[in-house]
Amino acid sequence: MTLIRSLARAFVLALLAAAVPARAQDVPPDQLVKTVTLEVVELITKDKEIQAGNRAKLIQLIDAKVLPHFNFTAMTALALGQSWNKANPEQKKRLAEEFRTLLVRTYASALSAYSEQKLDFRPLRAKPTDTDVTVQVRVLQPGAQPVPIDYSMEKTAAGWKVYDVMVGGVSLVANYRTEFNNVVRQSGIDGLIKDLAAKNRRLEGAGLEKK
Amino acid sequence: MRVLLVAALAAAVAGCASTGEERDPRDPWEPLNRGIYTFNDKLDQYLARPIATGYQKAVPGEIRLRVRNFFGNIADPFIGVNNFLQGKFEDGVSDWARFAFNTTIGLFGIHDIATDMGYEKHNEDFGQTFGRWGAGSGPYLVLPVLGSSTLRDGIGWGFDFYTDPLNETEPFAVHWGLVTLRLVQTRADLLDASRILEEAALDKYVFQRDAYLQRRRSLIYDGSPPREKDPEEDKGDKDDTDKKPR
Repeated sequence: MTLIRSLARAFVLALLAAAVPARAQDVPPDQLVKTVTLEVVELITKDKEIQAGNRAKLIQLIDAKVLPHFNFTAMTALALGQSWNKANPEQKKRLAEEFRTLLVRTYASALSAYSEQKLDFRPLRAKPTDTDVTVQVRVLQPGAQPVPIDYSMEKTAAGWKVYDVMVGGVSLVANYRTEFNNVVRQSGIDGLIKDLAAKNRRLEGAGLEKK
Repeated sequence: MRVLLVAALAAAVAGCASTGEERDPRDPWEPLNRGIYTFNDKLDQYLARPIATGYQKAVPGEIRLRVRNFFGNIADPFIGVNNFLQGKFEDGVSDWARFAFNTTIGLFGIHDIATDMGYEKHNEDFGQTFGRWGAGSGPYLVLPVLGSSTLRDGIGWGFDFYTDPLNETEPFAVHWGLVTLRLVQTRADLLDASRILEEAALDKYVFQRDAYLQRRRSLIYDGSPPREKDPEEDKGDKDDTDKKPR
């Protein structure tokens, strides 16, 4: 009897172990976007502290729920364009970290502007074999044209990852490209790292002051 | 309008002659544009933004929605005209249907009932129409007070201005009252966006310019511009070439 029970337990554990890594990979990209978006929207609309403007808590929430689904190295590489190859591994790491911090703050800022607009999750137009897709969401707002949000996603070993976000037709990654390359031309990769770090520190300081 | 363009051209030519620095090919008039941008930014900081913030605080969201709907409604007929000019007849008919329903059942447009009926609001103007007809954007241009534009969109704006339904309103006080209210409402609607821009950009001028050019390109193709390049090629090694007029 105990043998059967422990066998059964082992079997359940084995199933779980097999299911967990498989799950992240198998969730289709449009499903992933929908689940994560709805979860985050529900969390922020219910959280009184976030509603009252607690930016640190909102950033924490984004860190935990949203960031795991982004590929920041790919985003930073795309934003730098040709300058990316001039950076050494250490610089690449620093760039990706600073860019990530900046994007999270921007994202938090955008989310705090959210006020119960309706979301329209568009059906995915892609073949099951595709490894690079665009997931479309539309933010419906009364009296104005809907704002499309397009997530460019790539299939990786760890599941689908976002490598660009287009809001109203504006690619976030492409929009940083000219700025970044201007700085790199004038003061090199280290200059860009310095500028990004300074910008992040400034935003952090401003956020603390407000509270 | 024409005087403005000539002045802009003259100043830009003068600017080009004096500096030899590497410049974005989409923005040959950058020094002049930056000057106007700084002026606009100050005007916004000390006048437009405080008024818009005050308006947003003082006027309840429900009323602001009615105001937005009203101005949205009177714009719909010419949005329809632009859709017809671009050969999008279904969209044009839908815009006119919106105007018909919202003006009557929606009480002069303060209720956007047409959206609930399935007639979606569109975003069109003459600049987009010219773009759809094949006109390139021309150089980037920052207009005094109005902000980001291009040579094509600036000319388009002249047509938009000429066909603005508020031109017909009388007397003088009512006309300017409505024009001012529309400006304040528009600025208030952009408060969140401008705050995000402030936080996101290293160089606000460049960030806003690039966002404007991307946005207009997307609008001309109604959200699905042709892909310029295989994104795979783009990852890391090549330069961007993400905008068409290079």
